[in-house]
Amino acid sequence: MQLKDRHKQYWRQNLHLTGVLLAIWFVVTFVVGWFARDLQSVTFLGFPLSFYMSAQGALLIYVALVGYYAYRMDKLDREYEVHERDQ
Amino acid sequence: MAAPGQSRFVSQLKRYYALYTGGFIGFVVLLSILEQMGVPNKMLGYIFLGVTVLLYAGIGILSRTSDVAEYYVAGRRVPAFFNGMAVGADWMSAASFIGLAGTLYLSGYDGLAFVLGWTGGFVLVALLLAPYLRKFGQYTIPDFLGARYGGNIPRTIGVFAAILCSFTYVIAQIYGVGLITSRFTGLDFGTGVFVGLGSILVCSFLGGMRAVTWTQVAQYVILILAYMIPVIWLSVKHTGNPIPQIAYGYVLEKVTAREQVLNDPSTPEGAREAEVRSIFRQREKTVRDHLKALDAEGESYLATEKARLVKAVADLQARQDTDPKVLAAANRAVADFPPDAATARKKWRREAEADREKSGPVMAHAEPFAGPDEATRDNKRKNFMALVLCLMVGTAALPHILMRFYTTTSVREARHSVFWSLFFISLLYLTAPALAVLAKYDVYTLLVGSSFSELPSWVSAWASVDKSLMSVTDINHDGIVQLAEVTIGGDLIVLATPEIAGLPYVITALVAAGGLAAALSTADGLMLTISNSLSHDVYYKMIDPKAPTGRRLFIAKALLLGVAVFAAYITSLKPGHILFLVGAAFSLAASAFFPALALGIFWKRANRTGAVLGMLGGLFTCMFYMYITYPFFGVNAPLWWDIDPISAGIFGILVGFAGVIAGSLLTAAPGKDLQNLVDQVRYPSLDGDFKPKDH
Repeated sequence: MQLKDRHKQYWRQNLHLTGVLLAIWFVVTFVVGWFARDLQSVTFLGFPLSFYMSAQGALLIYVALVGYYAYRMDKLDREYEVHERDQ
Repeated sequence: MAAPGQSRFVSQLKRYYALYTGGFIGFVVLLSILEQMGVPNKMLGYIFLGVTVLLYAGIGILSRTSDVAEYYVAGRRVPAFFNGMAVGADWMSAASFIGLAGTLYLSGYDGLAFVLGWTGGFVLVALLLAPYLRKFGQYTIPDFLGARYGGNIPRTIGVFAAILCSFTYVIAQIYGVGLITSRFTGLDFGTGVFVGLGSILVCSFLGGMRAVTWTQVAQYVILILAYMIPVIWLSVKHTGNPIPQIAYGYVLEKVTAREQVLNDPSTPEGAREAEVRSIFRQREKTVRDHLKALDAEGESYLATEKARLVKAVADLQARQDTDPKVLAAANRAVADFPPDAATARKKWRREAEADREKSGPVMAHAEPFAGPDEATRDNKRKNFMALVLCLMVGTAALPHILMRFYTTTSVREARHSVFWSLFFISLLYLTAPALAVLAKYDVYTLLVGSSFSELPSWVSAWASVDKSLMSVTDINHDGIVQLAEVTIGGDLIVLATPEIAGLPYVITALVAAGGLAAALSTADGLMLTISNSLSHDVYYKMIDPKAPTGRRLFIAKALLLGVAVFAAYITSLKPGHILFLVGAAFSLAASAFFPALALGIFWKRANRTGAVLGMLGGLFTCMFYMYITYPFFGVNAPLWWDIDPISAGIFGILVGFAGVIAGSLLTAAPGKDLQNLVDQVRYPSLDGDFKPKDH
């Protein structure tokens, strides 16, 4: 089986999307976590920002990342005609 | 499968589960009416646990099957939404349900590593694994390793690792099952284990993945209701706002203000706290003096000490006006006196440590990586990050979770189903930190400062059940409760919330049923993973590939029974504690599976030598580090870069990646057919696609 150019382009687009979302995941988890002590004095919705991020903010962002990935990949599948047809 | 059939199936499922949820709520209401009519608590506990266990067994019987695809992957027609709930129940174990809020209560911000790790891992599952594994579409995780890397060696290592981490994890679950059933029904621990196990067995034995899936959906409904109802109530009680996740920011501010008052000796309450702490400091010093003397004089010191205590009892008995309580205490001191030097050392060290903890100031709940100096703080931060990474990668590598994504109808559904999984899981993980803060507020404002003669009823109730969960002692004899006089075990927070919130006993029983659902659903998924690895990967793929369907399923079920009995036997020996087992399972899975799985999809060049090297290297590095650092094994070697034993996986993951990359680059690229397989896995649909066969 030979991959066509559009297949390769689909995979590149997928890698790009995956990379961007993973970068956000990394920043939200590890960069924000690393500076947690510095973010304490900032208040958000009554919480110290560092506490809010680890207890709630990061989780909401994770859900959004996974949701966006599913939505975006559905569109990409159709655009490049690699979506599953019999459903 | 044709579209109309599937959509009818989905709407049918929605109707069934809506009816089921309504029925369950009705059942809770009915029981609360019975409670009002005077049915005793023990009876309510029996009815609650009995009915839910029968319910799970009933679903198992209804979903019995003798079809291979139904047994291993629920016929691959589980809709995204329902698979999400099943993953939620599969995922959230006794440790999440009962332990997490308590950990957060006790360790504040630093406990959030578990919240982050156990949710953020699903981002990795969604982006790196689930859609590709679904496209591959076989039955087990070792299946993928076997097909991607070729040959039986990667598969065999996969089977070994899958069994190792699942078995470690399942012991922790069965332990939880035993604990809950024994606490709420009065059965003894061993009987509790076997009763709980019975329902797991009926379920997975008859219907495999199909039964486990539909039971897990039912269990998710129970566990989330059981978790949310008391917390919402508590939130209304303290803030008037029924959404605890929003309301607790304001409560956290008040908790922080209370911490400052209690830590400030110039306030009346702070002064009393300081007084209690100085008593603990004195006690610690006394115990340390004992230890020093023991080191200097050895066994003879023990003999003199014991003689002194015996003499004290005799003196007290000789006097006429001795207070009987004082005499009893002196007698107890003689009875509890350690018989030999080793026991004494262990006992006194533990006591000194407990006293030292009590003599320190109140921990600030919201402060990240608190510590007296920069080095301690940095070390805590480093370990926090390491633990988060380990738990995340472990999440994305535990076979019982990944396996669930084989059960959806398509790649598209698999992606959506990770979204629903994370959504349903987050409901609990967003609530646990709120519960910890609300419970803390209750303890800091209502319990602290109350009089010993009028303790809140939940305090005396739990103190009489289990001293390690709840105990209050008037250390400075002022008749008023100080925070330093309260000892709380982590598991208490979830178990006692209904009573703290002033809810009827029915809700306590509901919480117990929720905890049981969490433990049983996870145990279900794990046992199935273990027995499937043995029956499918070992027996069918390696020993007898021509075995007829009937024999394959017979073998699968027989192995399941064997695994269950063996796991229950090991659990009844009570090896180590839950957090140790859970941490080990995550580290092992992360080290063994993640590098080979992720690189297998994203790096075509990865080959068999690399996979074998990476998996074995990762697994052994992780096992070695656990062996030399966990106190359980008694080696107690110095830590590598101060990384705590619970994050052993961090070294395993690094070695795993290095192994796969080095091993692959040093040997020839994989053949054309393996590279084609990678392409097929990467695209949801390709011309000339392979069709996973289900028989």
